[in-house]
Amino acid sequence: MTRRILAIASATWTELVRLKVFYFLVIFALLVIGNSFFLARFSFEEEFQMLKDIALGAMSIFSSLLAILATATLLPKDVEDRTIYTILAKPVSRTEYLLGKLAGVFLLLTLSVALMGAVFAVVLFFRTEAQLHSAANEMAQLPPAELTAALDRIRAAGYDPALLAGGAVILVKAWLLAALTLFISTFATSTIFTTITAFAAYFIGHLQATARDYWMTSTDSGFITKSLLAIVALIFPDLQAFNLVDDIVVGATVPLSLLWKTLALGAAYIAVYTALAAAVFHHKEL
Amino acid sequence: MRPAAIWVVALSLLLLFGLLRMPVEHSLEDTRKDANLHTVTLDISLRERIGQLSYAAALSGFRSVVAAFLWIEAHTAWEQTAWGRMAGLFESVTSLQPRSLIYWDLASWHMAWNASIAARENPAEPSEFLRLRAEREYHRLGRDLLERGIANNPDSHLLHERLGVMLRDKFNDHCGAAASFAAAAEKEGAPAYVKRLAAYELAACPGQERAAYEKLRAIYLLGEEERKPRVRTLINELESKLDIPPADRLAPEETE
Repeated sequence: MTRRILAIASATWTELVRLKVFYFLVIFALLVIGNSFFLARFSFEEEFQMLKDIALGAMSIFSSLLAILATATLLPKDVEDRTIYTILAKPVSRTEYLLGKLAGVFLLLTLSVALMGAVFAVVLFFRTEAQLHSAANEMAQLPPAELTAALDRIRAAGYDPALLAGGAVILVKAWLLAALTLFISTFATSTIFTTITAFAAYFIGHLQATARDYWMTSTDSGFITKSLLAIVALIFPDLQAFNLVDDIVVGATVPLSLLWKTLALGAAYIAVYTALAAAVFHHKEL
Repeated sequence: MRPAAIWVVALSLLLLFGLLRMPVEHSLEDTRKDANLHTVTLDISLRERIGQLSYAAALSGFRSVVAAFLWIEAHTAWEQTAWGRMAGLFESVTSLQPRSLIYWDLASWHMAWNASIAARENPAEPSEFLRLRAEREYHRLGRDLLERGIANNPDSHLLHERLGVMLRDKFNDHCGAAASFAAAAEKEGAPAYVKRLAAYELAACPGQERAAYEKLRAIYLLGEEERKPRVRTLINELESKLDIPPADRLAPEETE
């Protein structure tokens, strides 16, 4: 079973790579490198914070777009090319087929986030070292203790291990979106429908927490309003839960337990959406 | 199974999952609030300030990116000395990223120092009264930014320290400055000099001379590192002012 899933994942990966999806990395690199030159006019603390804001924001945008757009094309393309019939005619179950497709997208997303993270890390490293170098030259006459303290402040503003946690949350959110899009595509009638519905779910997902709070705490809204809010809260994922990056970039301490619970919640979403996709796809008339 | 039945099962599972995850998500939200994360409320007034597109981006999980771009815009406004526009942009940036110390710190500095001086020396305003009033207004804006920054980041020694400096230099409020520096000194990671600054300001606060003397003496007796000339001078001044008996004063060798 694993071999069959891996074979489909590998084929999906090749198929996506052939669509030249990695070209977006050039845009990402240009964005981050260009910004780093522009931001050099700011103080080092402003520069590093904005570099992190923009780079992690871009990682989040690109990974979310990639997750939705790459996944939305998978099933319709296979149906259009009729490859799905060839695959399913072999001893491959529909669940294995779906898991293979999803694994291929996950691989693509993982590599994309890792590559974007690497570009960002290299730019951050060079900018931090440049700031350290210029500060060391400018403050050479300071007593050693003060100079060390100043350089440590620059290092602390530049390098922050919590950024890795930010990258992990971005990746899990992208996987979640891929699983959700795959679920939508199992009952969608076209790629456009899947894409639009997934983007709508993306936006509603960011407001889900507001709907949930209003549903659970509001006392003065009517039955219909409350029912609609309940449906939004119960059906759509809470994507705000995965927006820890906004706090990580400003150096706020994110408790480890919160990080693990968030990642576990993401895993639960992925598992449920994949199971639902498999259930619907199992009975789909091809 | 009939397609309709599949849909009923799928929808039921989705709703069941929703019900199961609801308490988990609610508890995660509480954990985030306890950790002072996700404290931002994106309201209608913010939408009016930053525009619909930026507001939509902030709602879609790109709050920090929107804040970064608005900060760059504020920097441009600074280069053009458009102080009013800067003040509006700082409001938006700090609303979007209330956990960022640097935004509160620099925004308050721009208002209380740069904008206030520009207002006081505004050649376009002939009335000195109005110029001074505008200067005070920018001081107030700077102070307000720091106070809100502290409310959002109560554990930050930096913002407390900055408020102390502002109260001392812009409001001539030595008692308030002493309290701010003392609050900063209690926070984790506060530099050692903040405790001295608190004692200096307390010495200038009417009616607090005795408390200031005790603090300065305690600081002085901590060791060579803390025996700064200003500490010694203030101790001597306060000993005279408080009429401390010679036997209780710092020994000459201790004051050398």
